[in-house]
Amino acid sequence: MLPMSPLIVLEHLANGIVVAAYYVMLALGLSIIFGMIGVINLAHGAFFALGAYAALVLKDAIGFTPALILSPVLVAVLGMAIEALFLRRLYKGDPLLGLLFTFGLAMVMEQIIRIIWGAAGLPFDAPAALRGAVHMGEFVYSRYRLFILGAAVAAIMGLWLFLEKTRFGTIIRAGTRDGEMVRLLGIGLKPVFTVVFGIGIALAAVAGALSAPLAGVHPAMGTDVGTAAFVVVTIGGLGSFWGSVLAGLLVGEIVSLSILLWPPAAQASMYLLMAVVLLVRPRGLLGERWEKFE
Amino acid sequence: MTRRKFLRAAAGSVAVGGLGFPIVLRAQQGPIRVGHLTPRTGFLAPLGEYAVMGARQAVDEFNEKGGVLGRKVELISEDSQNPGVAKQKVIKLIEKDKVDVLIGEISSASGLAISEEAQRYKVVYINTGFNTDEARGARCQRYMFHVEGSNTMYTKTVGRWLFREKKINRWYFLTADYAFGHDLYRVSSRFLKENGGTNLGNDMIPTNSPDYSGYILKLKAAKPDLVYINLAGVDQTTFLKQYRDAGAPFELAGGVMDTQPFWAAGIDALSGHWQSLWYHELKEKGSPEFTAAFRKRNGRPPENQAWGEYVGTRILLQAVQETKSTKSADLVRYLESGASFDILKGRRGTFRPWDHQLLQEMYVVKVKDKARMKDQWDIFEVVEPVPKPGESLELIQPTKEENPCNMPAV
Repeated sequence: MLPMSPLIVLEHLANGIVVAAYYVMLALGLSIIFGMIGVINLAHGAFFALGAYAALVLKDAIGFTPALILSPVLVAVLGMAIEALFLRRLYKGDPLLGLLFTFGLAMVMEQIIRIIWGAAGLPFDAPAALRGAVHMGEFVYSRYRLFILGAAVAAIMGLWLFLEKTRFGTIIRAGTRDGEMVRLLGIGLKPVFTVVFGIGIALAAVAGALSAPLAGVHPAMGTDVGTAAFVVVTIGGLGSFWGSVLAGLLVGEIVSLSILLWPPAAQASMYLLMAVVLLVRPRGLLGERWEKFE
Repeated sequence: MTRRKFLRAAAGSVAVGGLGFPIVLRAQQGPIRVGHLTPRTGFLAPLGEYAVMGARQAVDEFNEKGGVLGRKVELISEDSQNPGVAKQKVIKLIEKDKVDVLIGEISSASGLAISEEAQRYKVVYINTGFNTDEARGARCQRYMFHVEGSNTMYTKTVGRWLFREKKINRWYFLTADYAFGHDLYRVSSRFLKENGGTNLGNDMIPTNSPDYSGYILKLKAAKPDLVYINLAGVDQTTFLKQYRDAGAPFELAGGVMDTQPFWAAGIDALSGHWQSLWYHELKEKGSPEFTAAFRKRNGRPPENQAWGEYVGTRILLQAVQETKSTKSADLVRYLESGASFDILKGRRGTFRPWDHQLLQEMYVVKVKDKARMKDQWDIFEVVEPVPKPGESLELIQPTKEENPCNMPAV
């Protein structure tokens, strides 16, 4: 048994924030897609993987940071095309149809990745400037993980500003609350849906690109991560911005602490938390009551 | 004879001859079917890809030389995915595809499931990829033979070297939380204890973990001389990268080394001394030829899993050829008889009769200096074969006391 000094606990808590960073990024994308469009995007993990592979292809040509920006844009364009051509037709029907479509899409995407790039993992190294460790007093951090934390904070703030301060963002928030009313006000929601889907996918793709240097890229990299995103969104409340942020933080910390205290529980701990939240407060920690679901 | 009569006779004999040959061929039995199981999905999938390439090359080479016993060899390869699916597929291969022999598997959990079915149906099965000692011991089977090395072999190869050369004896373990990892931990912690070392702790890590930062924090707190990883496949790659990112503070070694995950991690993530069952830069007779042919077929060099399938398939087909039979009992007796095989290493391989483990050398390898790499795959320097020439091959094997095996009669 390792000594459980306050320093060690603190180190794990600090690590948990970095782990949380990319859970939050995944969860946010999923949350807006569900909140606005009402579609449960089971292909979210596949877009995560595609973002990573796109960054892999781009980084040798244009550098890591430009690849980090261009990859989500390209993947989002693909996502918007899929939404406009296929997903859109399923909105009027049974919600199950959208779910089935994204489920199938996830499998097709993973196989396409496998066909193009092979089943084996490919190496993906962070740029030299971001390698190595940073010493902050007693704490030692991987420089790259701090970069992820910074990127996640930037993405969160950017998204928040977009939703709160722009007109388009206001339409999105209104559409999430009451789509009927927005339509009655004469605002066409179809293009809004497409853009929202694109934003959600862009967030998944950038999370994927950011995670590539940590664990390499391989075709199945989206599966477990996609599941974790769902757990975080459920805990935080579907459609709630701050709910996703809070839940991401909680999950990151719970996983980190279980690694310290009882490693076999590490993966299970987030599901346990989700089960507790669903029992005690089914709409999620910060979820709102919606007419359509209650 | 008129010219017309002559031409008619000639045409007639050609026609009869042409008809005759197919009749002759049809009189022989159909192809020899080799059933192959390997994971093509999941964390071992990248290794499964190499397995298929190795098996196919062996089969193609035999067919180019006329097949075995005049019959074509057919390879039926299936994705074994997980132990439940592996069990269903091996039954399908035996009952529906009517395979004559079985080969493959990388996951210890799936391999054990397959071996039980192979035993039940009495079909010879050569294990080319899974390491658990259990399969050579408590769960050994009369119809299963092992070309792949056991956990003990891997551990003793690198462990003896570490103790002898580096006097490293305070270890911290990271272990994959499934059959293979548990068995490897049991074997490696026992090895450590028997050699007077100290076990500072072990973490059981679920497979497919994306994030090792918490575990790295813990091992930093423990301050070992050596971090010993009992991880496989993609998990190995992920850990190597993250360990490097965290500064790689301690010497690193592990209970298994597959070249593919190391390639995937990239040379910058790698360090230390490791053990290898086979490596594509070996100069021993047979290896350069295998490597060159593989490279030509696949555009990249083979790694140890491809070697496993290649050598295992050749052993099976050699057994069929020598016994002139596909009857399992004949093959078992042949393989147990001390027959020797060219395994592309310095010494030929024979199966140990009481646990069916192929006795063979392994190699201690060292991660190469980046500046000296010829290409992206040239990551290791071979340090030495273990056991050394002249030493008994039993040196790295588990003894009967360490890993007893009682096999039923054929």
